[in-house]
Amino acid sequence: MIQNIPLSYYLVISTLMFFIGIYGFLTRRNLITMLMSVELILNSVNINFVAFNRYLYPQQLQGHFFMLIVIAVAAAEAAVAIAIIINIYRNFKSIDVENVDEMKY
Amino acid sequence: MLNQVMFFLFGAMIVIFSLLTVTSRKVLRAAVYLLFVLISTAGLYFALNYNFLAAVQLTVYAGGIVVLIIFSILLTSHVSERAVMAPLKESLLSALATVAGAILTLITILKFVFVPATGVDPHQNITDVGNALVSYNRDGYALPFEVVSVLLLAAMIGAIVVAKKEKISKK
Repeated sequence: MIQNIPLSYYLVISTLMFFIGIYGFLTRRNLITMLMSVELILNSVNINFVAFNRYLYPQQLQGHFFMLIVIAVAAAEAAVAIAIIINIYRNFKSIDVENVDEMKY
Repeated sequence: MLNQVMFFLFGAMIVIFSLLTVTSRKVLRAAVYLLFVLISTAGLYFALNYNFLAAVQLTVYAGGIVVLIIFSILLTSHVSERAVMAPLKESLLSALATVAGAILTLITILKFVFVPATGVDPHQNITDVGNALVSYNRDGYALPFEVVSVLLLAAMIGAIVVAKKEKISKK
């Protein structure tokens, strides 16, 4: 127990954040807000990595590096996704998933 | 005592602003709520005494990704535009599924007994992290570091190619 805060409190917060992100991903119809929900999900996973590292294996660094790599992948994903979204907007004049269905067959 | 107060403050901010992020009708406002979520997460890392991770969180997430998202929002929609949400039935079903999943996960977490490591001084300053990042010995992370750097380079080039305007002469 560190500073009178048990590990499960961190896990509860990250669980809530994760499922809120999933809810956003399921209900949003705008591509950018769906991307924001994905960022929420990735961020909640980061909290888990860091909290486990701090509480269970404080002398190790694995959690640190998993979190750094997740952040780097999230940045790459956001850059590519936004490039695709801007390209879609140029072609369809809209980024709602309901209107972008020409790739569906 | 102060630690607990700060922890619950940041936790409440994370949950409330996450909810606002996914429910706000105004896209730009949702992006700003996302910024608050990411800053509160950095606060949690500070509470764990991981200063380097908190700094990375602030600079890359709050400073980089949110700015990118806000730019693309301004490029693709009007500020006054209101976001379309899923129909009510679909929203209710999603809410039901996510609440059920959250309750299941929370029950599992709260029933499990974690045994925290005691008596170990974390003793991790930025120098340790930096040394491990470029070390190729055991417990070194030079390979993932290189892999991620190549991934970032490929993603950036790919993003530029995808977002580039086509030549007009093509017609």
